[in-house]
Amino acid sequence: MRLRIEQRQEPSAQMRIAAPVIATALTFLAGSVLFAALGYDPLATLHAFFVAPINSINGLSEWLLKASPLILIACGLAVGFRANIWNIGAEGQLIIGAIAACGVGLFYPNPESPLLIPLMFLAGAGAGMAWAAIPAFLRARMNTNEILVTLMLTYIATLLLSFLVHGPWRDPAGFNYPQTALLPAAAMFEPFDYSYRLNPSIFITAVAVVIMWLFTDRSFLGYKMSVSGAAPLAARYAGFRESSAVWTGLLAGGAAAGIAGMAEVAGPLGQLSPQISPGYGFAAIIVAFIGRLNAFGIVLGGLLMSLLFLGGETVQMTLGLPAALTRIFQGILLFFLLAADFFIYYRLRLPEHA
Amino acid sequence: MIPRLELRSITKSYPGTVANDAVSLSILPGEIHAVLGENGAGKSTLMKIIYGAAQADSGEIYCDGRRIEAHNPAISRSLGIEMVYQHFALFESVSVVENIALAVKGTFDLGRLATEIEALSARYGMPIDPHRRVHDLSVGERQRVEIVRCLLQSPKLLILDEPTSVLTPQAVVKLFGTLRQLASEGCSIVYISHKLDEVQELCDTATVLRNGKVTGTAKPKESTSLELARMMVGSQLPEMHVSPSAPSAKPLLEVRGLSAPARDKYGTELTDVSLEVHGGEIVGLAGVSGNGQAELIALLSGERTHPRAETILIGGRPSGHLSAGERRKLGMAFVPEERLGRGAVPPHALWENAVLTAHRAGLVRNALVDRRRAGDFARRVIERFKVKANGPQASAQSLSGGNLQKFIVGRELTLEPKILLVSQPTWGVDVGAAAFIRQTLVDLSRAGAAVLVVSEELDELFEICDRLLVISNGRVSPPLIRKQTNREEIGLLMTRVGHGETRRTEVALED
Repeated sequence: MRLRIEQRQEPSAQMRIAAPVIATALTFLAGSVLFAALGYDPLATLHAFFVAPINSINGLSEWLLKASPLILIACGLAVGFRANIWNIGAEGQLIIGAIAACGVGLFYPNPESPLLIPLMFLAGAGAGMAWAAIPAFLRARMNTNEILVTLMLTYIATLLLSFLVHGPWRDPAGFNYPQTALLPAAAMFEPFDYSYRLNPSIFITAVAVVIMWLFTDRSFLGYKMSVSGAAPLAARYAGFRESSAVWTGLLAGGAAAGIAGMAEVAGPLGQLSPQISPGYGFAAIIVAFIGRLNAFGIVLGGLLMSLLFLGGETVQMTLGLPAALTRIFQGILLFFLLAADFFIYYRLRLPEHA
Repeated sequence: MIPRLELRSITKSYPGTVANDAVSLSILPGEIHAVLGENGAGKSTLMKIIYGAAQADSGEIYCDGRRIEAHNPAISRSLGIEMVYQHFALFESVSVVENIALAVKGTFDLGRLATEIEALSARYGMPIDPHRRVHDLSVGERQRVEIVRCLLQSPKLLILDEPTSVLTPQAVVKLFGTLRQLASEGCSIVYISHKLDEVQELCDTATVLRNGKVTGTAKPKESTSLELARMMVGSQLPEMHVSPSAPSAKPLLEVRGLSAPARDKYGTELTDVSLEVHGGEIVGLAGVSGNGQAELIALLSGERTHPRAETILIGGRPSGHLSAGERRKLGMAFVPEERLGRGAVPPHALWENAVLTAHRAGLVRNALVDRRRAGDFARRVIERFKVKANGPQASAQSLSGGNLQKFIVGRELTLEPKILLVSQPTWGVDVGAAAFIRQTLVDLSRAGAAVLVVSEELDELFEICDRLLVISNGRVSPPLIRKQTNREEIGLLMTRVGHGETRRTEVALED
């Protein structure tokens, strides 16, 4: 008996909803087999992965705190991805945004000014956009590959950060640690509760999600970008300029990543050090695709990704699972999610032999 | 006599359609057998099944009385079945003999193969130089390469899929001579076409398909065109109404001395093209494809711009430098030859595809797409142009080629353009829809618009155009009045300039 794969005439609406459920079920199944084979109790492990990290208020706070930059950046990146503009340098744009915001916070003449947070916000967004403008200019004018340029600029941003914290911006009272001085209180988001780290910067993310939805789903500019992504020749036929899609796509990602960088320094970090992001800029690429480049999906994708980060740490700490195993489990989940999506557009058919 | 090939009750379905429904036919040795039918009637699918490139869901195939069990192209070749595809599968950057060497079995001896090719092609009256590179060859010459490749295998059955769709009238005459010679030597020929006159001239028997079913068999030489057409179309053929044109005093679209480099290595350079299209008339641009049509249409539509603005005048205004969007603002609309991916975005719904060019017609307000209005617009197009679609929510790729073409033509016409460019308006469109599209083009021009139609179908151009231009090797002929010219004159113009170096020297002499 041979199975055949066929393209569906229309994407399946039921499958769109069922796909994530099926993927989760298969992941639990495959994960249980894996955990059992290595001698860990599957139920306890799954519990430690998905329930334990978030069954306390602190857990919930951490969950949202980590999901927030992922969702914010993924929203910005998805704008470009929809038009086949591949900005994979959000990590660098985040770092530059954090540097600019922290610079404003540290060196603004009046450390108690209420303008500090808005100014840092603008500095973060502006710096992220400026960093993304380099690949945008090169692509629009010289048709350079934005994948390479954005990636390479990430290394430059990382090294710039390292230079600053080891050199000119190093805290003189910091016992020679490579880090800046702490930001003044007026330059920090005030947490909702000082016992937890969650702060009002998640509202920025919430607003970004709404803007992203409005832009991609309702605006004419968003429409033009989806045409450039799905059929570049049709965009040219209709007279939509390719360069405007390039600029919009890259600047949206740069702004979102820059703001996320600002929210990190003005939130949980409070200062710059050589390592300011656990790879948010790269993980957000996955979040954007798990969320099918759609605002609502990105929120779920960001929450899932953040939970996987936390769960991975929890099982290592409580059950002593090797780090590699948690990575494998995360990989299994992503694999099933993307594989299940395939069946929204395709179906398997049994050949009907009489 | 045992048939060379016999099909019994072949059925093949694809998602959403039954391409072949219990098709049976039988072909004797030395017979030229036509498979006649509209675009989409299932001819090409049937040929792929005979050749083994597609598998039938049910039914049986017999070759020389023996049943073919599991079928594939390799088995076909071992049985002596060869196929010349409608779209050639040649490598452009290598020579003729190298292309053929890839397809024939035996030792790899290019020198000997080249001699064989020369001898064989001369014997059948279609000489080709085995050492020329394929990208230098005209479409007709490429087809010869494909046919010679098949003949080298001494086939017992040769399948030709719409072989004349890319040929000039003169080249068709030569091809028919070759095919008759082959048949007289005992080779059976399956000739797929939708052109009645050709089938009547060439073929001994015809099997007519409609919607995947056999609707009749006939002896074409003894049947009238009307009988065959009824079998093909099923109903009464629609009648065209072409009233006399009343051209405007000034041209709405004017091209003056336009020259442009080829878009890529295999494109065609445009040399000093001049033409005028007045309001109220349809001008046709005839020519074998690949002679600069793609370059010219891209420059006219604004998909490609020209540094010298005054080479293209829209309503008297220099426009060569304007983008496609800016030209649309001046009242231009355009139906490209590629529907999916250029004229429409395949995965997008029809209402979204309406926004593609109709966004100026009030479908966008405050920088937001007005979904309700876009839906209304798409619904109007669907109703007025009788598009078979599942409403404005249906995706463009779910429509058949003909229905999508009706939607795109309808969308562009609903914008009430002053100038309409149309490229291959009825490619792959069934007769009923084609007649409807042609009639709407005529009606639009009679309402005062300037219409430029680029087509390879001479019949179509003769049916609707007031004046005809011929493009050949990047040059456009002076206009000919349709009523004062004929197919032979156009055919000569199509071949005169072009076809490689030998012809170029002739042009130089004429100049």
